[in-house]
Amino acid sequence: MASDTGFDVKRQYGFSTIAVICFVSLYLPVILLVVYSFNAGSSVAIWEGFSLQWYRSAWANDQVQDATIRSLVIAFWAALISTSVAVLAALATTRVRRFRGYSAVFAAINQPLMVPEIVTAVALLIFFAGIKVQTGYTGLGYLILAHSAFCIPFAYLPIRARLQGMDLTLEQAAADLYASSFQVFRRITLPQLWPGILAGAMLAFVISLDDVVITEFVKSAGQDTLPTYMLGQLRRVVTPEVNAISTVLLALSVTMVIAFFFVTRIRK
Amino acid sequence: MIEISEVSKAYGAGKARFMALNNVSVSVAQNEFFTLLGPSGCGKTTLLRVIAGFVDPTEGTVTMDGDNLLALPPHRRPVNTVFQNYALFPHLTVRQNIAFGLEMLGKPKTEITDTVEEMMALVQMEGMADRQTSQISGGQQQRVALARALAPKPKVLLLDEPLSALDFKLRKSMQIELKRLQTETGITFIFVTHDQEEALTMSDRIAVMHAGSIRQIGPPREIYDHPAERFVADFIGDTNFLPVKIVTAQGSEAQVELGSGNRVAARLNNAHNGGDVTTLAVRPEHARVVPEADGLMTGRLSNLVYFGTDTHYHVDLDDGIRFVVRVQNNTDMARVAAQGDRIGVTFPAGVGQVLRD
Repeated sequence: MASDTGFDVKRQYGFSTIAVICFVSLYLPVILLVVYSFNAGSSVAIWEGFSLQWYRSAWANDQVQDATIRSLVIAFWAALISTSVAVLAALATTRVRRFRGYSAVFAAINQPLMVPEIVTAVALLIFFAGIKVQTGYTGLGYLILAHSAFCIPFAYLPIRARLQGMDLTLEQAAADLYASSFQVFRRITLPQLWPGILAGAMLAFVISLDDVVITEFVKSAGQDTLPTYMLGQLRRVVTPEVNAISTVLLALSVTMVIAFFFVTRIRK
Repeated sequence: MIEISEVSKAYGAGKARFMALNNVSVSVAQNEFFTLLGPSGCGKTTLLRVIAGFVDPTEGTVTMDGDNLLALPPHRRPVNTVFQNYALFPHLTVRQNIAFGLEMLGKPKTEITDTVEEMMALVQMEGMADRQTSQISGGQQQRVALARALAPKPKVLLLDEPLSALDFKLRKSMQIELKRLQTETGITFIFVTHDQEEALTMSDRIAVMHAGSIRQIGPPREIYDHPAERFVADFIGDTNFLPVKIVTAQGSEAQVELGSGNRVAARLNNAHNGGDVTTLAVRPEHARVVPEADGLMTGRLSNLVYFGTDTHYHVDLDDGIRFVVRVQNNTDMARVAAQGDRIGVTFPAGVGQVLRD
C-alpha cells in the first residue's frame, strides 16, 4: 500500500523520535503508578522494596470497599439503562427513512460528547437539588440517572455502527417469510446486534466507573464512588494505597477494552 | 392470478423525478414461469419489489386472485422471494433457515420437520441440515435460499437474479433445476434476469422491460422470432437492422422494398401503411450467403469469424450497411467465399420482422 507510492511514513525523519516521545508520555506515568503500588514504603516516589501491603490495606479499608461496591452498582445500572436507550435510539436512527432534522437528532443523542462535562454537572446539581427538596429522596438514583445520561452516546455509537453494517436484505427476507416487525427484530436483528450491544454496554460501564466530575457534583453526602474517594484521599496524604486501587481499576478497564475488542470483531 | 395494472413508481420530485416504473400492466397466470427481462436499471427488480411489498407504487393496483396485494404488508403477502445475494440468516443453520417461514406462520413442529426434510430433498441438500450457512458453497446457498422460499408453499415465488452469482456451469444446471422445481411444485415463478439466454431457456412467457416500461410480452419463441421493436430485437440475440419501405401491408403480412430495390415478404405485428419507411429485423441465422447473382442484396465479404459451432459472415452491403450471416459449420459444407469477394445475401419470405418505430 504505502510502498506502492514510494511513501512510507516510517522512513520520514523524526518518525521514531516522535513515536517514542508519544509512547513514553502515555505509558511511563501509568507504569510508575503500577510499580509504586507494590512499594514497601509509604512513599509514591521513593522505592523501598516489593510488598503487597497496600493492596491488603486497600482491601481491608471499609471506605474503599464501600466506594467500590457503590461504583459497581452505579456502573451496572448506568450501563443497563444507557444501553437500552441506545439500542432504541440506534434503531430509530438507522431503520427509518431519512427524515427532516435527522442530523439534529443525531447531535442531540451525542450531546454529552460535546457539552463540557462541568456544564452538565452544574446543570444536574441544580436540577437534582430542586427534586431533592420536593421529594426528599436522596438515594443513588440521581447518580444512576446522571451516569446513564452521559453514557448513552458511548453505548449508542458501537450499536449504531453494527446496525449500519448489517445487511438490510436479511430483515427484508425475514419480513418476506411472514415475520412481523417485532419478530424480525427479535429473530434476525437482535441476534446479529448482540456484539454491538455488548460492546456498547461494556464501554458505558467503563465510562461510568471512571467518572469524577459529574459524580462529584451530583453525589449526596456519603455517596463516594471509587474515583471521588480517591480524589478525596489525594487531598490529604498520598500513600501507595491510591496506586493500588488505581492499578486494580486499570486492570479492570484493560480487561474490558480487550473484551470489547474481541466482541466487536465477531464476524458480522 | 397476479394482475398488475397501470403501476408507476416515481422517485424524487421536480427535475430530479425519475420514473422507475412507468404505467406497467401485466398479468401472470397460475403455474406460469414468467420472466422479467431487461438491462440493469430497466425497472424489473422494482416491479418484483412492488409485488413482494418492499416498494410502494406511486400509482396503480396489484391484485392476486382478486385480493388487493398493496393493502398488505410484506409479511402478510402469500409470496416468497429468492434474493439476489440469497440473504440467508448467518446466525441460523441450514435447517433453521428453511424452517423460518413455517415457524413464523405458526405451523406445528412435526409439520415443520417434515416440510424441511421434503424441501431438503427437493433441492438435493439432504444431510446438510445442521451446517452453518457459511460452511456451504455458493451453489448450495442458492439451493437453501430456494428451499427456504419454497417451504411455506407460496402461491408465487419471486426470484431476483438468483443465478447471477454462480459460475457458468452451475448456472446452466440450475436453470434446468429451476424449471424442474417450478413444474414439480406447480408454483407460479416470477423470475427477474438480465440474461436473455436464461430467459429464453426457462420461461413460459417473457416480458421485456426497458426504461421503466414493458416493451413486449410473449413466449420466448415469439419474442425472439418476432420482436416488436428495435430495443427488443437488439437486446435479445443478434439482429440485422435494414431500412425498408413498406409496399403493401395487410394483417400480419407486408411486402417490403429493400435498399437493393428487391422486394420480400415480411411479418408485421403493428400498424403500418404502404409507403412508410421503417426498419426490418433479420436474425443472422435466418439469412444465407449465396453467389452474387442469387442475392436479395449484394455486397463484399469483409470478414469471416469462426465460432466453433458456426461461422459469422460479415457482409458490407452496397448501401453501406453491415449485415451478419450466421452459418452452421457442417462438415460437408464447401467454402462459400473468401474475404474480399463479392457475395449475395438472401433470406426466405416471412422471416424478416417489421419493427414498430
